[in-house]
Amino acid sequence: MTDVPFTDASSGPARPARTGSLLEADARTRRRNAAEARFRLYGIAAVGVGLFFLAALLYAIFSNGIGAFQQTGYTLQVEFREDVLDKTGNRDLEDIKSVKTFAYSPLLRAAMLREIETHGIDTPLADAKVTGFSSPLDKLFSDGARSTLRDMVLADPSLIGQTVAVRILASSRVDGYLKGRVSRESIERDKNLDAVHLDLIDKLRDAGVATKGFNLAFITGPDASDARPEQAGLGVAMLGSLYMMIVVLLLSLPIGVAASIYLEEFAPQNRFTDIIEVNISNLAAVPSIVFGILGLAVFIQFVHLPQSAPLVGGLVLSLMTLPTIIISTRASLKAVPPSIRDAALGVGASKMQAVFHHVLPLAMPGILTGTIIGLAQALGETAPLLLIGMVGFIASNYPDGAISGFLAPNSAMPAQIYEWAKRADPAFYERAWGGIIILLLFLMTMNIIAIILRRRFERRW
Amino acid sequence: MYDNPDLARTTVTRDIKIAAHGCQVFYGDTHAIKDVDIDIEDKTVTAFIGPSGCGKSTFLRCLNRMNDTIDICRVVGDIRLDGEDIYDKRVDPVQLRAKVGMVFQKPNPFPKSIYDNVAYGPRIHGLARGKADLDEIVESSLRRAAIWEEVKDRLDAPGTGLSGGQQQRLCIARAVATEPEVLLMDEPCSALDPIATAQVEELIDELRSQYSVVIVTHSMQQAARVSQKTAFFHLGSLVEYGETGHIFTNPTDPRTESYITGRIG
Ligand SMILES: Nc1ncnc2c1ncn2[C@@H]1O[C@H](COP(=O)(O)OP(=O)(O)O)[C@@H](O)[C@H]1O
Ligand SMILES: [Mg+2]
Repeated sequence: MTDVPFTDASSGPARPARTGSLLEADARTRRRNAAEARFRLYGIAAVGVGLFFLAALLYAIFSNGIGAFQQTGYTLQVEFREDVLDKTGNRDLEDIKSVKTFAYSPLLRAAMLREIETHGIDTPLADAKVTGFSSPLDKLFSDGARSTLRDMVLADPSLIGQTVAVRILASSRVDGYLKGRVSRESIERDKNLDAVHLDLIDKLRDAGVATKGFNLAFITGPDASDARPEQAGLGVAMLGSLYMMIVVLLLSLPIGVAASIYLEEFAPQNRFTDIIEVNISNLAAVPSIVFGILGLAVFIQFVHLPQSAPLVGGLVLSLMTLPTIIISTRASLKAVPPSIRDAALGVGASKMQAVFHHVLPLAMPGILTGTIIGLAQALGETAPLLLIGMVGFIASNYPDGAISGFLAPNSAMPAQIYEWAKRADPAFYERAWGGIIILLLFLMTMNIIAIILRRRFERRW
Repeated sequence: MYDNPDLARTTVTRDIKIAAHGCQVFYGDTHAIKDVDIDIEDKTVTAFIGPSGCGKSTFLRCLNRMNDTIDICRVVGDIRLDGEDIYDKRVDPVQLRAKVGMVFQKPNPFPKSIYDNVAYGPRIHGLARGKADLDEIVESSLRRAAIWEEVKDRLDAPGTGLSGGQQQRLCIARAVATEPEVLLMDEPCSALDPIATAQVEELIDELRSQYSVVIVTHSMQQAARVSQKTAFFHLGSLVEYGETGHIFTNPTDPRTESYITGRIG
């Protein structure tokens, strides 16, 4: 016994007698209490540090990203001049289509000049010359503004000849200036805007022509090329993520649950199932990029599925999600008390009836929780998408229908964020943070659903 | 193994429901039941007594093949229900368990409504013709389990919401709803208070008129109160088996006597 050093029962010959008043803590008790107090302090400190980092993270994300949800634009009275847009005057759609995008530039400039005039704004730009096809005024507008007008006319040729109030997207520099991203100092190194532009913008803002509005296009719109950050949106990438999640859910939930039920309830306990078990746990720890290269080798190079397709992304992410679902499903099957199985078998239910009538319904909340958490992980996963070509793809077209949703090249939310963060223009950087906010909102919603499910169906035996 | 010649004379002969011969049970290398021979009579309450770990539950679970669910468990020997070998390859344990119902130590109602608890067995065995018939089975089972009056107004309430004693009687109702011929009970009262125990014991006495009841119990008094025959197990062997009155007043084996008088156990 002497080799077990119990501090409370030392085996020395003279045992100290337990004496003294209860009203007064002895030295041992005081030491113990001090240790406990210290331990609590450590705990509180640890929680505090964690909360501090969380707060710092959230602050960084929101302060950087919230700007992406607002976009500067001008409300202009655009006159769709017939002599520019439809010289023949017969409203033939083919003729109207033959008018190229840059032909709409004069309309934009004229509309802007009209605002400058009506608000009595004094600016040298009012007399700026048009050289070739460009004018210094053009730098105020988004590159996409002209095609916005053209799309309006093509959708509704009766606009020709009318003057309509249109909200025109400002260029990303103007947007950056009004959001404080672009300053007067920084434009000196920048050939896009001059001080005269900034003076004009200040006055346009004061006149209520240049305003910031909610940027729905950022949430629903397609990505845009490097030159038009003000038009870039997450919408198409979100669809890509959605289609991937559908694939992941449809594949990994049934396969994962079936595998878990078999392993947990039916498979004999032997070396073989032990090996499977160890391998599933190991699979959960495999770096996701490994699944990516596996997907590239198997699904794209061997099976010849299309590159960058959400179907392939979904397949790869399913592989990644399966272990998560299997592990959580097995845990929730294990948590169903064996007495329930005995009860079912005892009244003559077959094993399968016992599982499907009693065990599975009880394990369902746990299974769904695990599935949602697995999906959330998959939703935020970027590395494997790198290898199957979903990162770097410019998601500029909406899929036309479910089939192309699965098979046409697309991006995914985290891939799109990575793509934006990579681009040079700080306007894209802001959008990357904004994308992270959206992604986090999705993940948070999914986790909250998981928590609610768990709370709601939690059973006490 | 009982080899007291007196027993043969004192036994009132009833039909034999279950006959076990040379029954051995192994859990892996553990020899849990050693060569047990026993004839369990119809319409009789048979009590299994013995110290913890002597194999009472193990043997009881052999009688409806619940041991099949334990991977490492192996049963040897011959156990017959109405003369048919229940370990025959052609026997489906599912059918056997419908005939040989079981009530467990810890009340284990399904986390479903009281009605569904009782109706589950008849449903999966297709015993009811229609909803009205099922209602009737549920009611009569709950009545037989002496719990109908307490739950008739809340058949939709969850079975897990009842008190321990009520839960156990609900489990008995669930077991009798499949119309078994034998009812196995593994320490059905060990989780119950004295009042609930008395109710369940009364119930067991009534069930005797229709079923052969085998009850494992830790309480000598309970065995004496409810059973007609008693089997004493010790270290995996059946030491003594006979009329309850005889075992308790005049045990043949010294081990039985020591156990009954409280010296082992
Ligand atoms: N599932 C099991 N796996 C391994 N050994 C078991 C198992 N169940 C019971 N045993 C062993 O079998 C012996 C008899 O157990 P049991 O039948 O539960 O005794 P009792 O019900 O009389 O208390 C004990 O030694 C016990 O350790
Ligand atoms: Mg037992």
